[in-house]
Amino acid sequence: MGRYLIRRLLQFIPVFFGATLLIFVMVWAIPGDPIAALAGDRVLPDQVLDEIRDQYHLDDPLLVQYAKYMGDVFQGDFGEDFRGRPVWDLMAQRLPITIRLALLAFGFELVLGVIAGIVAGVRKGGFMDNLVLISTLVVIAIPIFVLGFLAQLLIGVQFGWFPVSGIQRGFMSYVLPAMVLGSVSLAYIARLTRTSIVENLRADYVRTATAKGLPRRRVVGIHTFRNSMIPVVTFLAIDLGALMGGAIITETIFNIPGIGRAVFEGVQRQEGTVVVGIVTFLVLIYMIANLLVDVLYAVLDPRIRYE
Amino acid sequence: MSERERVPDPLAPGAAEAEPVGGREGGLYADAWRQLRRRPIFVISGVLILILITMALFPSLFTRIDPRACNLADSLLRPSSEHWFGTDVQGCDYYARTIHGARVSISIGILVTVSSTFIAVVFGSIAGYYGGLVDTIIARITDVWFAIPTILGGIVILRSIFSERGLFQVSLVLIVLGWPTMLRLARSAVMSVKEMDYVDSARALGVRDFRIIRRHILPNAIAPVVVYATITVGVIISAEAALSFLGVGLQLPAISWGLMISVAQNRILTAPHLLLFPGLFLSVTVFSFILMGDALRDALDPRLR
Repeated sequence: MGRYLIRRLLQFIPVFFGATLLIFVMVWAIPGDPIAALAGDRVLPDQVLDEIRDQYHLDDPLLVQYAKYMGDVFQGDFGEDFRGRPVWDLMAQRLPITIRLALLAFGFELVLGVIAGIVAGVRKGGFMDNLVLISTLVVIAIPIFVLGFLAQLLIGVQFGWFPVSGIQRGFMSYVLPAMVLGSVSLAYIARLTRTSIVENLRADYVRTATAKGLPRRRVVGIHTFRNSMIPVVTFLAIDLGALMGGAIITETIFNIPGIGRAVFEGVQRQEGTVVVGIVTFLVLIYMIANLLVDVLYAVLDPRIRYE
Repeated sequence: MSERERVPDPLAPGAAEAEPVGGREGGLYADAWRQLRRRPIFVISGVLILILITMALFPSLFTRIDPRACNLADSLLRPSSEHWFGTDVQGCDYYARTIHGARVSISIGILVTVSSTFIAVVFGSIAGYYGGLVDTIIARITDVWFAIPTILGGIVILRSIFSERGLFQVSLVLIVLGWPTMLRLARSAVMSVKEMDYVDSARALGVRDFRIIRRHILPNAIAPVVVYATITVGVIISAEAALSFLGVGLQLPAISWGLMISVAQNRILTAPHLLLFPGLFLSVTVFSFILMGDALRDALDPRLR
C-alpha cells in the first residue's frame, strides 16, 4: 500500500504542474493581448494596463511568471475582479452553496443509480433491464441545460412541486437543481453498475457462494455488490469534472448563487480574471479528488496495489 | 439489402481506417454489418443520422424560408400553419432557424471527432506499438491534457484566447480537449493486439513497422475506437451547445441550437416554443449518435454479448 501511494503521488506531481502550466500558458502567454481580452470591448487606460501587467508578472520570462502565479495561487490569491475584490473572497462566499448542491446531486445519483443498476443487472434482458437501458440512454442524450429548463417548466411551474429559482426556501430549493445536475451521472452509474453486476454474476466466486448454499439475497447483496461497486467509485472521480461543468449550467438555469453561477456571471460581464481564477481553482479540486479516489480504489481493490 | 443502406456517414472516420478489412477479408466487419442491419436500434439511429446530415448539407430541402429574413411585426408568434415552430423575438421563422442550426452542430461534431480520432490513432499506435520511452512520453503528455475537464477547460481557453469565436475556434478547442480519452483507448487496443502471434510472424517476415501497424494491427484494434468515436460525435455536439449556451461558444449572428436556447432562456414562461424546438432537435441528434454507438458496440465487441 505504501509503495503504491508513493508511486501514485509521484505520478500526480508532473500531471498537476503540467495541467496548471497548460492552463496558465493558454490564458496568459499565447500571442495576442490577454489584458485587452480581459476588458472585452472596452479599452483600458495605460495606467491600469501597467498595473495588471505587474500584478500578473507579465514582464518576467514565462516560467518565472508561472512560478509566481502558482505561488500566488497556493497562498489563495486567484486575482481580483474589476472592483478590486479578491476572487478568493467571492469563491469563499459562493462555494458552500455549490458544495450543498453537489452533495445532494451526488447522493441522488449514487443511491438511485446503483439501485437501478442492480435491478437491471440481476435479470439481464428482462423488462426492468430494458427499461433502465432505454431510459438512461434518453437521459444521457438530453443536454443538461435542456433537461434543466424542462424540469423547471414541467415540475416547477406546471406542477409547482419545487421552487424553480433562487435558494430562499432552503433545502427544497436545492432538490430540483440537484436532480437535474445528477441526472446524467445517474444514468451512467446505473449502466456501469448493471454491466458490472452482469459480469460479476458470472464470476467463479459467485458460483461458489451459490453452491455452498448462501441465499441469493446474500450472494447478490454482499458478494456481487461489493465487487461491482469498484468501477462506480472510479467513475465518481471522473464524474466530478462533469459535475463542475454541470454546476455552471444548473446554477445558471436555477439562479443559484454558487460558484458555477459566478463563472457564468464572469463570462457575461467579461471579467476574465474571475472566470480564469475560479476555473483554475475547480481544475485543482478536480485533480486532487482524482488522486484521492485513486487511493480509495487501491484500498477497495487489493488487486490494483500489487500490479 | 440494397447498397443504399450501407453504414451511414458518421462512421466515415472509423470506416476509412478499417478499409483494409473491407470487402475481401470480411470477418468481423462483414459479420457485424449483417447483424446490424437487422437491429431496429441501428436502423432507427442510422436513418435519423442520415436525415440530420442531409439537413446539415442541404437545409433548403427542408425549408425554403430564409432564416435571416425576419419581420419584427411577427415577433414571438406561437407555432401555426404558417410558422410551424412559431417565430423568435426578431420575428424570424423558427422552423427555418432550427433546420439551419443542424449544420453547425453536425459539422462541429464530425470535424472534432474525425480530427481527434486521427490524432489519437496516430499517436496511440506509435505509443502502443513501440512502447518504452516514446510510450512514456506520449502517455504522460496525455495524462496532463486528460486532467482538464472539457467544459471548464473550454470556458478558460475560449474566454481568454479568442475574441471572435466561430465554428473553427470552437472546434479547435474541443479537439484540443477531446483527444486524450480517445488516445488512451487506441493505445491500449494497439497494445493488446501487438502481442498476437500473427504480428510476430509478420515481423519475422520482415514487414515494415508502418505496414504492420496499418495492415495487421489497426484493423483489429480499431473497433473500440470506432464505437467510442460514434458516441463522441453526440458528446461533442452537446458540449458545443453547452459552451454556446454559456456564452463562450459561437456568437450571434451564427445560427446554432445552443445559441437559440441561450437566447430563449429569458422567455421560457412566455414563449416556451423557443426552447422546446432547438432543445428537441439537439436531444434527438445526440440521442441518435449515442444509440448508434451502442448498436455498434454490441455488434463489434462480441465479448459484451
